[in-house]
Amino acid sequence: MADTSFDVIVVGSGPGGYTTAIRAAQLGMKTAIVEREHLGGICLNWGCIPTKALLRSAEIYSNIKHSEAFGFTVEGKVTINTAKVVERSRKVAAQLSSGVKHLMKKNKITVFDGHGALNGPGKVKVTKDGKPVADLTAKHIILATGARARALPGLEPDGKLVWTYKEAMVPPALPKSLLVIGSGAIGIEFASFYRTLGCEVTVVEVLDRILPVEDEEISAFAQKAFEKQGMKIHVGTTVTALKKGADTVTATLKDKAGKESQLTVDRVILAVGIVGNVENIGLEGTKVKVEKSHIVVDEYSRTHEPGVYAIGDLTGPPWLAHKAGHEGVICVEKIAGLKDVHPLDTSNIPGCTYCTPQIASVGLTEAAAKAKGYEVKVGRYPFIANGKAIALGEPEGFVKTVFDAKTGELLGAHMIGAEVTEMIQGFGIAKTLETTEVELMHAVFPHPTLSEMMHESVLDAYGRALNY
Amino acid sequence: MPIEILMPALSPTMSEGKLAKWHKKEGDEIKAGDIIAEIETDKATMEFEAVDEGKLGKILVAEGTEGVAVNTPIAVLLEEGESAADIKAGSAQPAAKPEAKAEPAPKAEAKPEAKPAAPAAAVLAPRQDGERIFASPLARRLAQQAGIDLKTVKGSGPHGRIVKADIEAAPKGTAATAKPGAAAAPVASGPGARQLADLLKMPYRLEPLSSMRKTIARRLTEAKQTVPHFYLTIDTEIDELLAFRKRLNEKSETKISVNDFVIRAVALALKKVPAANASYDESGLLFYEHADISVAVATPNGLITPIVKQAETKGLTQIAAEMKDLAARAREGKLKPEEYQGGTFSISNLGMFGIKQFEAVINPPQGCILAIGMGEQRPVVKNGQIVPATVMTCTLSVDHRVVDGAVGAEFLQAFKGFIDDPLTMLL
Repeated sequence: MADTSFDVIVVGSGPGGYTTAIRAAQLGMKTAIVEREHLGGICLNWGCIPTKALLRSAEIYSNIKHSEAFGFTVEGKVTINTAKVVERSRKVAAQLSSGVKHLMKKNKITVFDGHGALNGPGKVKVTKDGKPVADLTAKHIILATGARARALPGLEPDGKLVWTYKEAMVPPALPKSLLVIGSGAIGIEFASFYRTLGCEVTVVEVLDRILPVEDEEISAFAQKAFEKQGMKIHVGTTVTALKKGADTVTATLKDKAGKESQLTVDRVILAVGIVGNVENIGLEGTKVKVEKSHIVVDEYSRTHEPGVYAIGDLTGPPWLAHKAGHEGVICVEKIAGLKDVHPLDTSNIPGCTYCTPQIASVGLTEAAAKAKGYEVKVGRYPFIANGKAIALGEPEGFVKTVFDAKTGELLGAHMIGAEVTEMIQGFGIAKTLETTEVELMHAVFPHPTLSEMMHESVLDAYGRALNY
Repeated sequence: MPIEILMPALSPTMSEGKLAKWHKKEGDEIKAGDIIAEIETDKATMEFEAVDEGKLGKILVAEGTEGVAVNTPIAVLLEEGESAADIKAGSAQPAAKPEAKAEPAPKAEAKPEAKPAAPAAAVLAPRQDGERIFASPLARRLAQQAGIDLKTVKGSGPHGRIVKADIEAAPKGTAATAKPGAAAAPVASGPGARQLADLLKMPYRLEPLSSMRKTIARRLTEAKQTVPHFYLTIDTEIDELLAFRKRLNEKSETKISVNDFVIRAVALALKKVPAANASYDESGLLFYEHADISVAVATPNGLITPIVKQAETKGLTQIAAEMKDLAARAREGKLKPEEYQGGTFSISNLGMFGIKQFEAVINPPQGCILAIGMGEQRPVVKNGQIVPATVMTCTLSVDHRVVDGAVGAEFLQAFKGFIDDPLTMLL
């Protein structure tokens, strides 16, 4: 019989859960992790990573199509082997999942294959297909069960014609036409992927702009760029009904004025937000509080039930893998009694959307900063003025920075264009280290790089841009 | 919108100052160019002119407040049609801070024997001067704007780094409140003078430190502790110089002093031995192109060193006229910062007090200071004969990091040449 008594049990092995388990083990705690499906969770198996593999295929397809400008002639037709595209994406996910398995072994973390649920104070019951696997005990139980796609009344996914992210990731064939409901990061990434591969894509967003959490200028720029690519975008619009045919779906769209219209497409992707996985994890009878499908926690991830913690998507936005991992690390470091443990500052968490053009941001948007009462200085720098961007053939996009005029604090940075997801960390570090505009101006950015635009944007906020 | 009048930076090095005097009171009409206040910087008292016009709506920092950080709002100017009521709406927040900060300082001054307020949780015993303080750039700027002394703030960031949240949590104006305490108890080096005097019940009078005294204390401590000094002494004979001076003064309107000769001789000697006109810096040795001579002048508040710039290009009458003007304004505390900051070589003369010889402390970042003693008749041996001569003993204090012994000696030799034979100063 395997050991069943631990210092820490983590329920869920997504990027939040497995990171938490590793940090707990590093701190000398005897640690177990419970996973009902695949190690690595949604992110690694059905989210962040496999979608990046898909988007890479789309990017390569686009590059081949536009290769003539770079001096290549492609003879014959470039065809898409959808099965192969999906297979590569699955292989990438599988490779990383086995990587997590190795990490668990290396850190001497006991992995329980099954569904974990609280079962009285300090107890976790693991079951598989309804059959008991193990009864575990631990002083500290960390819930990291994540979240799933939200369904709206009348807009339930069926997995065949109406997809969630999961089906959208493994299409048996490319649909000719597609309706994406919701224009957050998930919706927009799929919209971009399918559009790049040639599908007729329509995006519907209930709010008055796409990517509503981003800066308004970014939303506006992105919409223009997508529309130029042939995407159809309806903002301020809701989908009131989906009528399924044999191999098509007819959606009823209703705009702000109340005008209704019909749209028939092959497939629909639902991306209208996510809900926390709070069901069937034994919260009944505990003091754990749930609000709007998310568990209520304090700044160190403690729930209202002593000894029970929750991290990641389960606790609310931003629903990001890197937020979950950081929360978990902070949570176990606090449990271990480490000194100098500080709550996660959510204003320093970057967010990335891997559409074309890419979008990345950290901190406050200009409007949010003003709403908070800041007097702001705003800098902008366009890709068209950057040498590297022109050499790459990527002249589309800009970098925007928002400073507190009074103190020089970098309040936010917002970027759209090629490779911006790889650059946003620079502003993330700047914010975490609490630099002011002075240090950013003094920092030497290598030439020629896209990152020079970050520097110029800072200079521009103070009326000092050199190359624009 | 009411306009905030901010504490001005009257010199490049100024980070805080004392609001010495208000020339205007609340309700006064102000025109651009009016003198509205006097600000005492680290070395001088300067007049502060209004840039905008309007009515002085509210004074935020009281007269006599010390340690007012640059850019702190010190008053609010009302434009036409605005009344005091607009101040609250327009700048309630900034106004609140300096008020809170202004209070403790005058109190501390009025009752210096009162114990400094018990420090709040976030306030540390002040750190020792020169100790590196780890703070984020943003925290530094916020502290400066709020008039908070970083030395008094406990950092909560990684490895005790001071971050934004620490400044926001710190009581405002620790720069002002912490100082009486800091002055009374130098950290970790035994009891301070005041502590000991209190302990032994020795009667004394406590005079609060002026900005100038603080600067003198800080700079000279730094000099003695960090600059490796060595000293070279030489005797000069000034009989010919005195005779020459007498003849010149009979014809010159500006009376030339012995010290003016010394300034000229030093400048010419530096031209001859440029290696002595130098400073040490981490990045290398700086050799100056001009001899900008700082001349120590005693004032009622302490020492200040106005500069005769490019002295090697100036004749005796010009040097004499400039020195007269500089010394007079130095005693009134009316020198401009550029008139006392940035010399390349210093002279300190205590001859008029009958001092025969002394060693001066180097005025960093300069490399040398020349201490001039009294010219007095002494027996000297010449050609085997004891004869009387008017001898003036001069001692050069040298920063060995930049000027070596031989260079210092060479300089003194050149200097002695000019003093002993003053006609050569005219060549």
